[in-house]
Amino acid sequence: MSAPNRPISPLYLVLAFGYAFLYAPIVLLIFYSFNESRLVTVWAGFSTKWYGELLRNEQILNAAWLSLRIAFVTACVSTVLGTLAGFAIARYKRFPTRGAFLGLLSAPLVMPEVVLGLSLLLLFVALDSAIGWPSGRGATTVTIAHITFCLAFVTVIVQAKLASFDRSLEEAAMDLGAKPWKVFCVITLPLIAPALAAGWLLSFTLSLDDLVVASFTSGPGASTLPMVIYSSVRLGVSPQINALATIMISVVALFVLLSGWLIFRQDKARRG
Amino acid sequence: MSAAAAQALSMGPFLRIENISKRYEGTDTPAVDDVSLDIARGEFFSLLGASGSGKTTLLRILAGFERPDSGHVFIDGRDVTDLPPYERPVNMMFQSYALFPHMSVADNVAFGLKQDGMAKPERTARVAELLDLVHLGNKAKRKPHQLSGGERQRVALARALAKHPKLLLLDEPLGALDRKLRESTQFELKALQARLGITFVMVTHDQDEAMTLSSRLAVMDQGRVQQVGPPNEVYETPATRHVAEFLGAANLLDATVTDWGNGMATLACDGFPGSFKATAPAALAPAARVAVAIRPEKIRLCEAGAAADNKLQGTVKDIAYIGDVSTYSILLDGQRSLRVQSTNAKRGSLMPTEGAALWLSWDAADAVVIAE
Repeated sequence: MSAPNRPISPLYLVLAFGYAFLYAPIVLLIFYSFNESRLVTVWAGFSTKWYGELLRNEQILNAAWLSLRIAFVTACVSTVLGTLAGFAIARYKRFPTRGAFLGLLSAPLVMPEVVLGLSLLLLFVALDSAIGWPSGRGATTVTIAHITFCLAFVTVIVQAKLASFDRSLEEAAMDLGAKPWKVFCVITLPLIAPALAAGWLLSFTLSLDDLVVASFTSGPGASTLPMVIYSSVRLGVSPQINALATIMISVVALFVLLSGWLIFRQDKARRG
Repeated sequence: MSAAAAQALSMGPFLRIENISKRYEGTDTPAVDDVSLDIARGEFFSLLGASGSGKTTLLRILAGFERPDSGHVFIDGRDVTDLPPYERPVNMMFQSYALFPHMSVADNVAFGLKQDGMAKPERTARVAELLDLVHLGNKAKRKPHQLSGGERQRVALARALAKHPKLLLLDEPLGALDRKLRESTQFELKALQARLGITFVMVTHDQDEAMTLSSRLAVMDQGRVQQVGPPNEVYETPATRHVAEFLGAANLLDATVTDWGNGMATLACDGFPGSFKATAPAALAPAARVAVAIRPEKIRLCEAGAAADNKLQGTVKDIAYIGDVSTYSILLDGQRSLRVQSTNAKRGSLMPTEGAALWLSWDAADAVVIAE
């Protein structure tokens, strides 16, 4: 049903401007990643040579591998811990120190990253001199730091899901003879799985692109991908970085589409 | 109590609720306050009350979801007070039905059997049998969200019956259905209960539902049981003001006892001349303060000269014509009014009009004294 000859609303201009503002830099970046020239801003013909060169760049590949490992461990651990914390908040409405517990979990959400990074650095240094662990700083300390703030995001997501969870489902399962642990595994867990998946993906992404906290808590020889990109950009942007960014955008877009598809499928199944 | 129930109870109650009390943390008044009930095997028992009367809490204590602060629950002679829900020979049908949304109808029904470790072929047979029982044999593979409200209700029932529970608890089983469906489902539920012979304990706020389905019912208010008995007994002889007003409509008149003898009391009603007679099985001392309850359908509209045990004069204030019956509000002394219901048995029969002066009468046997 389209109305013929309708004048284009000025709202569409605003919309076009908004899209341009958000998407033009990304499109430009992808475009120049296929540039032949060494100079990032001068077009000299189509080429995939920077992708080839990227794959031969040991430093970037090592950093990417490290970042992926850190992101994976961070996502897994913070999903488990965040789920436990989410349950504690959603299910236990009154316990001593609940207020402190809530504050603890929301602090990383509102605290400036610089402060978070610095405080963790001080903690690690103090621990190192006091009990000798973690000795020095590297992948372990970055992972712990990432878990600290990703945990808060997972908690928020899981707790929101549990708030709308119909407890009579768990009671019904128990009434039919399932013990509490079994109820959790066959009823609760499958029903909150989308929230856990969302929390995992979010943690993975947050960890993967964190620069500030990683810079504070990492040590020599353990540079994550954002740290390597940042330091190499300071020496001048290489088209390799464009290629790398394009790959990262593609991966992230794939993740977003995947989670969108999962949510859509679940919605459809629910409505029939 | 009906003869059958009395006989069954004489063999010892199947379900015994003994001095159960429960107060939720952070509240001042107990949700359930010293409740004791004996329920016979095979009974269809209802806990009737408004929301907040403690009926649901009591049901949840029977299911094992809540622990009573004091008191005991015995099922078939065994103390189950401290047993967790998954070890009780009891199943419950939830108000929201609580069907597992990620499982098919058949898997929902099979869930309890699976927990018992029943072998697959047996389980499949039992599920098929149950789905046939509730006429859902052709919908076994559907998910709950693909069913209508009535179908979901039947799945919930089949699931609760799957494990041959000794006692079935029903939390507002018909509450989520529309009116038409509710009526037909009522009779199905009753027939099913009679056929299976399982003891049913139902919680409801709907007095019609409780009256239609139950062999006996308990009216609850503020955590206490106000009266227990078969529906007709509780309706005809309400024990408290609350029961009289909650179960059907009742006219209540404040009165003072002047005389009592042979199960009949003579009373002086506040603000009305003359003496009134009403049924009072228990002895009453003269000058005791009581209330008289008269059901609207037991009051007749009559002529001035008609002979009757009790008579009052009034004018018609309001008429609600429903079709089969009419309900009149009769103004007595300028402020108080009585509710009168009469059947429109004859077509086009003469009916009182608003403002008409008339007389009301009722038999002494139809008025019940409620001791304060």
